This record gives sequence, C-alpha cells and structure tokens, in this order.
Amino acid sequence: MVPFSYTSVADPQAAVRRTSEGHGVEFIAGGTDMLQLLQEGVRAPLELVDINGIGFDDVSVAVDGVRIGAMARLADVADHPVIRERFPVVAEALHESASPQVRNMATVGGNLLQRTRCLYFRDVATPCNKRVPGSGCPAIEGQNRINAVLGGSPDCIAAYPGDLAVALIAADAELMVVGPKGERTVLVEKLHRQPGSTPHVEAVLEPGDLITAIWIPIAAGGRLSHYLRVRDRATFEWALASAAVSLGFEGTRVLEARVAAGGVGTTPWRLRAVEELLVGRDLDRALAHEAGERAADGARGYGGNDFKIPLLKKTVTRALMRVGGISPGEPA
Amino acid sequence: MLEVDKDRARHAVQPQHAFLVTLKVNGEEHRLNVDARTTLLDALRDRLHLTGTKKGCGLGQCGACTIIVDGRRVVSCLTLAVMNQGKEITTIEGLANGALHPVQQAFIEHDAFQCGYCTPGQIMSAVGLIQEGRTRSDDEIRENMSGNLCRCGAYTNIVDAIKDAIAHGLDPREAMTQAVEAIAQDAGREA
Repeated sequence: MVPFSYTSVADPQAAVRRTSEGHGVEFIAGGTDMLQLLQEGVRAPLELVDINGIGFDDVSVAVDGVRIGAMARLADVADHPVIRERFPVVAEALHESASPQVRNMATVGGNLLQRTRCLYFRDVATPCNKRVPGSGCPAIEGQNRINAVLGGSPDCIAAYPGDLAVALIAADAELMVVGPKGERTVLVEKLHRQPGSTPHVEAVLEPGDLITAIWIPIAAGGRLSHYLRVRDRATFEWALASAAVSLGFEGTRVLEARVAAGGVGTTPWRLRAVEELLVGRDLDRALAHEAGERAADGARGYGGNDFKIPLLKKTVTRALMRVGGISPGEPA
Repeated sequence: MLEVDKDRARHAVQPQHAFLVTLKVNGEEHRLNVDARTTLLDALRDRLHLTGTKKGCGLGQCGACTIIVDGRRVVSCLTLAVMNQGKEITTIEGLANGALHPVQQAFIEHDAFQCGYCTPGQIMSAVGLIQEGRTRSDDEIRENMSGNLCRCGAYTNIVDAIKDAIAHGLDPREAMTQAVEAIAQDAGREA
C-alpha cells in the first residue's frame, strides 16, 4: 500500500468540502472494495476521508416511497421488512451477495460504485485503460470470460460487477447526491457511464459528489419482482449473468415492465427491447422465451465470454417465468 | 502505473499519516501508534500480538480473519485500524471464560477442523451466525458460513458443530451475551 493520509468527517458538507479540494482525495465508507484496491496497488489515493460518521445509515418508509441511507449496510437493507415485502428484487439482489461478513461492512452507496472485477484492472502488472488511461486493453483478446458482452468499446470491455444497481433500475430508484454545487437527484439508470474512449470515468458523479440516499418510489412496490443470478459457484461469487424483473399485471396481462441485466454489461443494463415486447401481452411460457431472446440484442462476444449471450437470454426467460408464476418445464 | 501518482505533488493538504488510536479489544483498551494504512487485522496480530486471528488472503475472500465488531462479524483485513476506534472488538482470544465457549467446545467434539488455520475465523463467524439466528436448516447454516473457506474440507463437521452448539443450550440470543460476559469477567480478574 502506498502511504495515504486519513481524516474523518461528521457531516456530508464536510465530506464534500474535503474531497472537492484536490485530486486524489477519496471517500472510504464500508471499505470492503477500497481495501482490496489499496492492497493490490490498484488505487493510490493521497487521502482517505472516512464518512462513517455522517449518519444516513437508516431505512425510512414514507407514503410515497422508501429512502435508504447510502451508509446503510447491505445486511440491514436485505433484512428490512418493507424492502423484503415490497421490493423483493432489491432484497434478493442483496441476499447472498458477497459474504455475510462483507454484507455487515459494505454500504449500499459504496456498493453502487464498486469497481470491476476484470482480471487486468485488478492486476497492476498488466496494462488497463481503466486503471492507466491509454495503456491498452488486454482483455479484448485475452482472458475475457467474466467480461462484458454489452456496451464494450475498443478501449474497454470490463463488466460492471454489482447486483444492487441492477435491481434498483428495475425498481425505478434514484439517488440523492450532495456535491460542491448543492443537492441533486440522479436516476440509478443514469449513474454509470459506458466506457467509450474514457473507461476510467465510470459514473456521472463529479469530484466531491457524495451519494447520501437511495429513493425507491412506492409504485415499484406494487409490481411483482424477482432477482435471479447465475454464478460459477452457488454463493459468495459475482454473477456471470443476472436478471432483475419487475412487472405490473392485470390478470396475466403485463401492464408495466422493468427489466435489467447484470454481469453482462459495462454498466448495469436496462433491457428496453424486452420491456417493450412484454407490455400489453399475456405473460406465458412462450412470451417469456420470446422476450428472453431479445435480452442480448446488440451483444457481442469476445471469445471467452461468448457463453454469456445464451446465458443472458435464458436467465431473463427464467426470471420472467418466476415472476409470472410459470413452472420452468422442459428446456426450450 | 498508479491512478493518481501524477497528482501526488499537487496535493495541497498537509497529510496526517500517523495516529495514536485507542482500540478496545476483548474488554481491554490499548493505545498504540499506527500508520493510516494499518489494517485492523495487522494491528491485532503485529501490534497487540493477538495472533489467534489469522491472516489468509488479505482481500476478504477467505474469512480467516473474522472477528466481531460492535456485535457483528466482519473480516478484519478489509477495515483500517484507525476506523475502529471506540468500537467493541472481540477476537477468538476473548471468547473463552475459563471453560471454552460452547462453539469452541463443539468444534473440538465434532473434529471440525484439520490443519486449524481457518478455525478461529470459522468459530467467530459461527458465533455471529448463531446470534443472527440464521441456523434454521443445514442449508441456511452452509449459506451463511460461506464467507469462511476451509481448504482441508472440514465443512460437514463444521455444520454439525454449529448445530450441536445450539442444541446444547446455546440460545442464539445469548451467544453474544455469553461472549461479552466472559470478556467482562476476564477483565475483572486482571484488574
């Protein structure tokens, strides 16, 4: 670890002031991703600003939605009765994420901004455009089994690894952000940026911007939802492909659809083609398969990750059947 | 090769790298000088010489360094010592009170280890698990012990040991209380 200085702040305004003063000043919250990045030499901040003292760690329920403080721990949000009852897609994305110990430490705000697990990003002995802009992307022709099939550019195909952001997109969630210019809201769907020619810029946040809360509107709580992930091992593993599905029904007819995918895109990936296909139709096994086929529209494999394209389609199909109460039956 | 090396010289804030921290471990307060970089794990092992907590991967992937902080199981490699001032820290050394803690006893009776390196982390994780009450089935125990790897493959006996510790009168809600009382009594004896 390269030496860094450390300060602790007691309120969001102090945190924003501290980090907007100069380059290389970073927040540390749960620390579970930051410590890995520090240990491996991927990050070398000049100063860490500890924001564990700012509050914003509770879940509060209002008539029009639920506010989750950005400092709430994954375990507490996953176990919150209202999250479990009204927004199962969110609770399921958090349950069985990482390990129980990490869920006790990691914050939801930090989880949204966790860095990619691309082998080259995490290995400082290799080039990586995300870590060292302009150094190249060995993943495109190298070990890319876990990399993205959606949203890649000639400079980067690193997959966004998280589950929570994917589920929150299906729940229409937005973020409360405080920054040097004041407060604003950012849709979770708009938080992450595709790599393009600047893969080191991952989010629309500016230096000094701090996520203080996640807002989930109650409307999403009226829909049926599910989060399904497929992994190399049963638990304590990142998703190779995941699907967040949130559907509003009248009988079996789909009135409203939100579908997003994880583990396959350079960002959490909203599947608008799937949503459009579903709305207005009766969800049955045939429609679940038809919609799943559209999940990989625009996808491109790079060899090692080719399998993610059919895997994504089947994952979306299976998640749709689960929400629609359709038994999986014979493989199609 | 690092992301912000080029900005290092421009940084205007006077850095504070060294801290005098107070860590409350197993009921006893320790004051020590640490660098900001010192993980809680390294402070426990290398500075306080509490080497029961093991260092495995240093990346949160193996669970060997599991301890309990403010009543919750955490991996001590993924947090900085300076971030843990004023918290109640319990390590494997703080668990026994003359007699072994019921989970420790059950691990011995069920031969729930081979080489023993992961065992302190397994036991601290099991204490946290029992307190959380996520022990209603073998599957639930396995899922919620998934943060602790055992390369010897003693998993079957670990599950048996945890079930036995519960069956032999370790009320889930009292698992943590027992540990805390043991620490208080130890502290009392030493004082």
